[in-house]
Amino acid sequence: MSGRLGHLWVYLAASPLLWLTLTLAAYQAAHALAARLNFHPLANPVLLSIIALVAVLRLSGTPYAVYFDGAQFVHFLLGPATVALAIPLYQHWDRLRRMWLPLGLSLVVGSATAALSAFGIARLLGASRDVALSTAPKSATMPIAMGIAEKIGGIPSLTAVFVVLTGILGAMLGKGLLDRLGCRDDAIKGFAIGLTSHGIGTARAFQISNLAGAFSGLAMGLNGLMTAVLVPFLRGWMTA
Amino acid sequence: MLGGFTLLLLFQLAGEVLAKALALPVPGPVIGMALMLAFLILRGGVPAALDGAAHGLLAHLSILFVPGGVGVMLYLPQLRAEWLPIAGSLLLSTLLTLVTTALLLRFLMRHWGKKP
Repeated sequence: MSGRLGHLWVYLAASPLLWLTLTLAAYQAAHALAARLNFHPLANPVLLSIIALVAVLRLSGTPYAVYFDGAQFVHFLLGPATVALAIPLYQHWDRLRRMWLPLGLSLVVGSATAALSAFGIARLLGASRDVALSTAPKSATMPIAMGIAEKIGGIPSLTAVFVVLTGILGAMLGKGLLDRLGCRDDAIKGFAIGLTSHGIGTARAFQISNLAGAFSGLAMGLNGLMTAVLVPFLRGWMTA
Repeated sequence: MLGGFTLLLLFQLAGEVLAKALALPVPGPVIGMALMLAFLILRGGVPAALDGAAHGLLAHLSILFVPGGVGVMLYLPQLRAEWLPIAGSLLLSTLLTLVTTALLLRFLMRHWGKKP
């Protein structure tokens, strides 16, 4: 790199603008690629942009903290986006109200399945206790899951990674699996996808239909609540 | 659009304050979502500006997870050391949760969901 370019790089690499712009650009490129592939489940935009950004950061020797200085503006929007989930919920409120009992029971069972199976399978396959505990809240949305991990003795930033991976897996596999099970109701599909894989699944569910998206958003919000209550409670069994 | 975004932040703020003040186990934004839902039910409709702001955020919900996901680079050694239990746990648990939730909900709706 010549002197002037070197200076420019030093300046840009330290400013939030570069990493914020790259995050948006990487996601848009990934989204365009996924669209060209007709949203094939394997071409998940979140997965593709994370791979691209990690590659750029590693090649340029940029620490994650420097990257996050810029990308935190995107990360911050998780909060208002969670609040915004109230809007599709309200739009499908009548249907929701009629279904409260089946939804509530499925929520409790689904939430417990997510936490206990993640922890149990991780332990069975030989994960260390801290890592296995960090998998338990993985189906809750990111800020909730990180808070729970801290509370139960997991590693919050590792949980953040598991949350994203679970979201990607649910988004990639959810629709195909549920179609194969013969689920024709978009409300059921959305609820299962959102409970399992929070916001990333919900983004995918909105591609199925507005109804699927609304129920996915509902399940994401409810499972955030349920996981926050259930996992600290189940913690006693996990260490036994 | 701007008014709608302000409204979203106001409800998030209210949620955070409530969660801290009452030491709730639930994060602020989720309380904010519940408050917003109650507000919309009481009001009986979604203000246009709010609808616009919410739509903008929800249309690209998944990009919001990218910065956190890039954090994977900090844990590559740990992930490599325990890749099998981690991959097995996340994959199997995801499939199990999807199937359990969908089949149970479908079963329950056939039996109780038809009530008016």
